[in-house]
Amino acid sequence: MVSLTVNGKPEQLDVEPDMPLLWAIREKLALTGTKYACGIAQCGACTVHLDGQIVRSCVTPVSAAAGRRLTTIEGLSATGDHPVQKAWMEVDVPQCGFCQSGQIMSAAALLAAKPSPTDADIDEGMAANICRCGTYQRIRAAIHRAAALAKGGR
Amino acid sequence: MLTTGLTRRTLLKGGMAAGVLMIGFPVRATAQTPGVFAPNQWLSIDRDGVVTIVNSVPEMGQGSLTTTPMIIADELDTSLDKVKVQQAPANPALYANPVTKSQSYGGSRGVRDHIDMWRKSAAAAREMLKQAAANEWGVPVESVETEPDTVIHRPSGRRLPYGQLVDKAQALPVPQDPKLKTPDQFRYIGKMVKRRDTPEKVTGKAIYGMDVQLPGMLVASVERCPVIGGKAKSFDATATKQIKGVKDVVQVSNGVAVVADTFWTALKGRRALKVEWDEGALAQVSTPLINAEYARLAKQPGQVARNDGDAPAALGAGARVVEAVYQVPFLEHACMEPMNATAQVTAEQCTIWAPTQSPGGAQATGAKLTRLPPAKVVVNTTLLGGGFGRRGNQDFVVDAVEVAKTTKGVPVKVMWTREDDITHGFYRPATYNVFRAALDANGTPTAWLTRVVGPGLQIQRGMVKAGDIDNAAVEALRNMPYDIPNLRVEWTNKDYGFPLGFWRSVGASQNGFIVECFVDELAHAAKKDPVEYRKALLGKSPRHKAVLELVAQKANWGAPPPAGQARGCAVVYSYESYAATVAEVSVAPDGAVRVHRLVCGIDAGLAINPDQVKAQMEGGAVYALTSVYYGLITVDKGRVQQSNFHDYKMLRINEMPVVEVHILDSGGKVGGLGEPGVPSVAPAVCNAIYALTGKRIRTLPIDASQLKRT
Repeated sequence: MVSLTVNGKPEQLDVEPDMPLLWAIREKLALTGTKYACGIAQCGACTVHLDGQIVRSCVTPVSAAAGRRLTTIEGLSATGDHPVQKAWMEVDVPQCGFCQSGQIMSAAALLAAKPSPTDADIDEGMAANICRCGTYQRIRAAIHRAAALAKGGR
Repeated sequence: MLTTGLTRRTLLKGGMAAGVLMIGFPVRATAQTPGVFAPNQWLSIDRDGVVTIVNSVPEMGQGSLTTTPMIIADELDTSLDKVKVQQAPANPALYANPVTKSQSYGGSRGVRDHIDMWRKSAAAAREMLKQAAANEWGVPVESVETEPDTVIHRPSGRRLPYGQLVDKAQALPVPQDPKLKTPDQFRYIGKMVKRRDTPEKVTGKAIYGMDVQLPGMLVASVERCPVIGGKAKSFDATATKQIKGVKDVVQVSNGVAVVADTFWTALKGRRALKVEWDEGALAQVSTPLINAEYARLAKQPGQVARNDGDAPAALGAGARVVEAVYQVPFLEHACMEPMNATAQVTAEQCTIWAPTQSPGGAQATGAKLTRLPPAKVVVNTTLLGGGFGRRGNQDFVVDAVEVAKTTKGVPVKVMWTREDDITHGFYRPATYNVFRAALDANGTPTAWLTRVVGPGLQIQRGMVKAGDIDNAAVEALRNMPYDIPNLRVEWTNKDYGFPLGFWRSVGASQNGFIVECFVDELAHAAKKDPVEYRKALLGKSPRHKAVLELVAQKANWGAPPPAGQARGCAVVYSYESYAATVAEVSVAPDGAVRVHRLVCGIDAGLAINPDQVKAQMEGGAVYALTSVYYGLITVDKGRVQQSNFHDYKMLRINEMPVVEVHILDSGGKVGGLGEPGVPSVAPAVCNAIYALTGKRIRTLPIDASQLKRT
């Protein structure tokens, strides 16, 4: 049994400790916003936050989340109004959208660490996330926009 | 010419008007839902005025959930932000594409094949609502008009909302030739409209096939033969069945399925399986053998796909001859969402939940495997985590239905790993292409010969008769736009049997590359500017010429490029659209290519939603750049050697150029957009590399060591 906080609520996970966190999130907690796409930490679709830091949940054992705060896309904001989500909507970033939960979680962590990221910061902070639809240009624009929104910009 | 086809009367009689394209009416909606105005299968309005629009085209990222309602709502004259949108069930009689006649979507056909029918269906509904109001008021229908969701009579100031006209409109005959809006009357078409699906896609609420959850559902995964086409001879599941959570192990067409409580358990079960495979014929085939055989066959004439004048004679007439060989590899689609489908099979019904480009195909697959009539096979099309042509195939639906047949009515989701996905795909054909052209004293081509060696994917899939020319092998080549008097295209079908599929832009993805690079070779051989050289040969192809001129102008082609960079251009027609690209590129001393900017132009006739047109062009550019930098599937003894994103790499944000998209609304027939952004990008990049380095890339992906400066 692994105890942790999931999107602000205490949870107990009755799974084998070596189960990747991704599958506990998707199949035990029924939070399907976090995606499986590679299983080997190559694409970032499974990105979540543990104590505010990004992890690739597909290669993170559930045991590593014990006693920690897990945030998934469903818990990033109560009503979808995190600056990154708002910026993503303004710019209409997603196409198929499958990778976007991971992109948004990576972008939110990037902005938390660097409130005014440069293009080089974005390259570094987002290069672990693949988008096969090719929305990178809009992701870059939306991160700059989210930075402005987070500072109270209009 | 599309028409609204059936009157309600002909349909209620069970008849179909001969020679008229089916648009028809949903019999159930009209016959069984009082208080709903449903003049056809595309829209309905209830007494509260709620408009429901049916989208038949699966949403795979191209924006169909937004574009379809835009078109219908505009012609109906309803508030787009208030309409409800439903994804069509599998029912080809009502929802088949009117051009292909199948409820399967590819070929960038979502808008171009449906727009006339949708507009006419919605215009007919609006005329009926106007007639109902005119009858109510006792005024001529010509004197009434609409505002969104309301019929108005200006002379008297009277207004009736659509909801109050539902019953009266429903009783009226359906006009066969309703008057369509003129473009100046469009409220949504041609304007930037936000995607309807963005809010759910940024909050994790969007449901893809992989996210389907049903009470009591099991999850399965299929162990497949490492050799493509191989079959399980026997298996030992003793160890697998000892794993907690494994429910069953069953043989299916595509391998051995482990049925479990979760995907993670199913994967553990797969690792514990012992399977003896019959590897089949492809176990003898490897990439070097394929390439050698292609090269051997390219020495012999192929089937003639186009033959203007006498190219062989003109080539042998002593003029200056330019020759080259171009090669492209097999490619896999790599949809972000690995293949999956969910099914539940009972004695009475088969229900499928699938991220499919082919709801009609899924229904037929379910019917075939369960022996239920198609009407008893319900297909729920979820969102697709990428399509690109991959999800028109039925293999993942076959998995789900076959496994569900063994689970006694319990629903089961069958999921693939990324490794399954890359090693068991439907690959873009690898080809070997010989070019020969003759130039006159001015450098103008007098003869052009291209000989393609590669497999015919439509022949392999039974869509084209063996022995015929497979258009997928020669598209964007046999219809190349350059006006050359002696022009010959030959094709030799060499198919080893690796499964082939439609990969975003299909034949144009490779033929656009080879034609546009070779014509660039001719321009340089003639010492002419590559844009001007093309323009001189595009006299009979004004739309190619116009979009090429557009990108040249927007990229400031005549001016020097940024320091250390060079420009290249290309223009390719595909799926009824014309696209051109100018690429600005630099090459590092180690040979690493950097694409700084792509200036893209697109003439799709009419851009329905300009921002999403741009999105498709941006995405097409990335898809193409991935193939330029990385795209390479090779086989060794029938085994695909790449398996995941570490060795089948994708372009990432740090490699992303600036992509500028310029739309040319020529007013021509509406063309496709999902694919036409791809073909002109690779040649523009490689032509820029040549302009910069003098080194010609004739094989994709780029081998950076070839460009290294020592």
